[in-house]
Amino acid sequence: MNATVLLTAPATVPMVVAGAYALAGLRTRSTPAASVTAGARTAAHGTVLVAEEPEPDRPAKRSPSGWAALVSPAVILACGSLLAAAVVHDGPRTAYSGLLRADALTAWLLLVVGAVALIACGSAPAYLAGEWTAGRASEQTVWRYHFLVQAFLAAMCLAVVTANLGVLWVAIEATTIVTAFLVGHRRTRTSVEAAWKYVVICSAGIALAFLGTVLIYYAARQAGIAEAWALDWPTLVARADRLDPAVTRLGITLIVLGFGAKAGLIPLHAWLPDAHSQAPAPVSALMSGVLLSVAFTAILRYRVIADAALGPGFTQLLLAVVALLTLALAAGLLLAQRDYKRMLAYSSMEHMSLIALAAAIGSPLALSAALLHIAGHGLAKSVAFCASGRILQLTGTARIGRVRGLLAGAPATAGAFGLAVVALTAFPPFSLFASELGIARAGFAAGAALAWATAAALLLVLVAFAALAARTARMLLGPGSPGEESPSGLGPLVLGLAACAALGVTLGPLTDLLHAAAHAIGGQ
Amino acid sequence: MSGGLYTQLLDLACGAFLLAAVIVLWRRELAAIVRVFALQGIALAAIAVLLGAHEGRWDLVGVGIGIGLLRAGVLPYLMRRALAALAADRAHSEEVRETRPLVNVAASLLTAALLTLLAYAVARPLTQLNPTSATRALPVGLAVVLIGFFVLVTRRRALAQVVGFLLLDNGITATAFLATSGVPLIVELGVSFDVLLAVLVLQILTTRMREAFGTTDIDDLRELHD
Repeated sequence: MNATVLLTAPATVPMVVAGAYALAGLRTRSTPAASVTAGARTAAHGTVLVAEEPEPDRPAKRSPSGWAALVSPAVILACGSLLAAAVVHDGPRTAYSGLLRADALTAWLLLVVGAVALIACGSAPAYLAGEWTAGRASEQTVWRYHFLVQAFLAAMCLAVVTANLGVLWVAIEATTIVTAFLVGHRRTRTSVEAAWKYVVICSAGIALAFLGTVLIYYAARQAGIAEAWALDWPTLVARADRLDPAVTRLGITLIVLGFGAKAGLIPLHAWLPDAHSQAPAPVSALMSGVLLSVAFTAILRYRVIADAALGPGFTQLLLAVVALLTLALAAGLLLAQRDYKRMLAYSSMEHMSLIALAAAIGSPLALSAALLHIAGHGLAKSVAFCASGRILQLTGTARIGRVRGLLAGAPATAGAFGLAVVALTAFPPFSLFASELGIARAGFAAGAALAWATAAALLLVLVAFAALAARTARMLLGPGSPGEESPSGLGPLVLGLAACAALGVTLGPLTDLLHAAAHAIGGQ
Repeated sequence: MSGGLYTQLLDLACGAFLLAAVIVLWRRELAAIVRVFALQGIALAAIAVLLGAHEGRWDLVGVGIGIGLLRAGVLPYLMRRALAALAADRAHSEEVRETRPLVNVAASLLTAALLTLLAYAVARPLTQLNPTSATRALPVGLAVVLIGFFVLVTRRRALAQVVGFLLLDNGITATAFLATSGVPLIVELGVSFDVLLAVLVLQILTTRMREAFGTTDIDDLRELHD
């Protein structure tokens, strides 16, 4: 199919769906709402009592349909697969005179975004129905939820498919803005606080990345690249050796700090546990599963430019230091964690720092492992967050200490949560085992300094493993009374776990794509 | 425009730009801070217009005017509206003042001086790459970025933090103009749109913070911790 269509659809289809949700939301607002809402609410109560069978018609009539939201992930996945087939055979495709561009990394990320979005949007109807029953959601908030999630997907896909580093920045900052109200959706003290910290820290942090972008642009202009191409990634990579080293060094430092803020890396990471613990579970899944990785991909792209301009030593040192500090902080805070959603958030920081360490190592094996880790972490973490949302609705508390005997009380949800944590602690057959093994092997093969860094990282991963395992065991095991648990919405979680395990056993047709993607970001 | 006059006017605009950032540190009334911020927006627009006129690039003059409208008109208007909503409630008259910043005014001004020196030190390789009268003024942009960060970290009122974020953003925009006569138009549009939306979001969050906490003092945001 035409490359222009394939590159345009991942960003525009979610935007169109978002527009449809916005229009539908405005139309319901303009109808006389009071009696209708009251009627809808009792009706909703009535159906939830018999909500054993998944009933797509109920939300369509009463509360807004969540199933239309699945269109976007399906389109993203389809475009990702078609682009993957195209770029593996014939190399990168571009559209709109180079503004949008797909290489193997783009296709890989589109597949990850699509898969995680499928899990998140697939479990959203069950989550929203639970919120509705608990009286925490109204028709308005449900419409707004869908609108913002779709806009979020659109911004993230734009960040993935663009080749212009300026547009990349705009798209990543846009994700902050659209997710702000998702984080602060409940208007309670905690969610307002989380939203405020999120917007202020992320916007200020990512402003640094924009300053870095401006400096790279300045260096590129001085190196004789025309205005239209001075922020074009392929052009910059091809002519990176002409960039002024001093200016590039300053620019790259700012970029690693700035996009690192969005990827949950030290020093601007403070928003992450707050935002991830306050956002609705499916949104936490999207933010943790893919937004962090998409932001980190920006660093991966810039790393290629920096290595060509400065030699590999500079980014290696910068990324290794950031990775180890983040890992140490995450492991330390995991040990003291009492809230299971925050526990998952710190586990995200742990995994992002492993990916950063792999980027510091920079060998083909390390980069392939990093990309596989992005996919495995996205799948496992989104399942874990979606399951944690169900646990929160079942138990009414996010404290680890107050949750006991989940396996006895709600075996399906507890099983999904437990397996997701097993995947996150990198047990085989899940793909995180393969990718962590790959990172470790690459690290020990990469020279003394990096071998020591890898050894330290493995030790810290072990600490994080112990903390995660002990706390999860505490929540799942023990005596519990069997409660009623609706099986609706579990399908996506099972699918996500199966995909994560399958990736760990064999990459199958994705092998070429993964290697091509690692090659595109410098794994020569 | 003759070379000497252009340099003088550019330096004047950059001086006003930096001075506005320092005055933000000095004043405590949020209304006054917003006024000074609007003046800084005009200085920023002047920098862009001067550069455009000097290079004979009318698109740059247009971008400058657009930036002026946004940063001296729309954004201050949004903040004044938020401030009016806060001031309307007599019971919380201290909401419109930065009553207890983390660092007092004298120390803040001293820090601003140090940050400006730091900016000059950091910007040396940037100026050396292409020494023109515009890039020689480049440290001013970086100094405002640093001062913006300082405001963001030390001020305790929600709206003062918004001003800090916007100072940071003004500084980056000024750096972009002085170094390269501005980033490409599509990026500039995207950035301006993002900034506008970010301020709208923060304004709404300020209102919600007032509803939830009864104050906009971010020291009271202590619910979430490990």
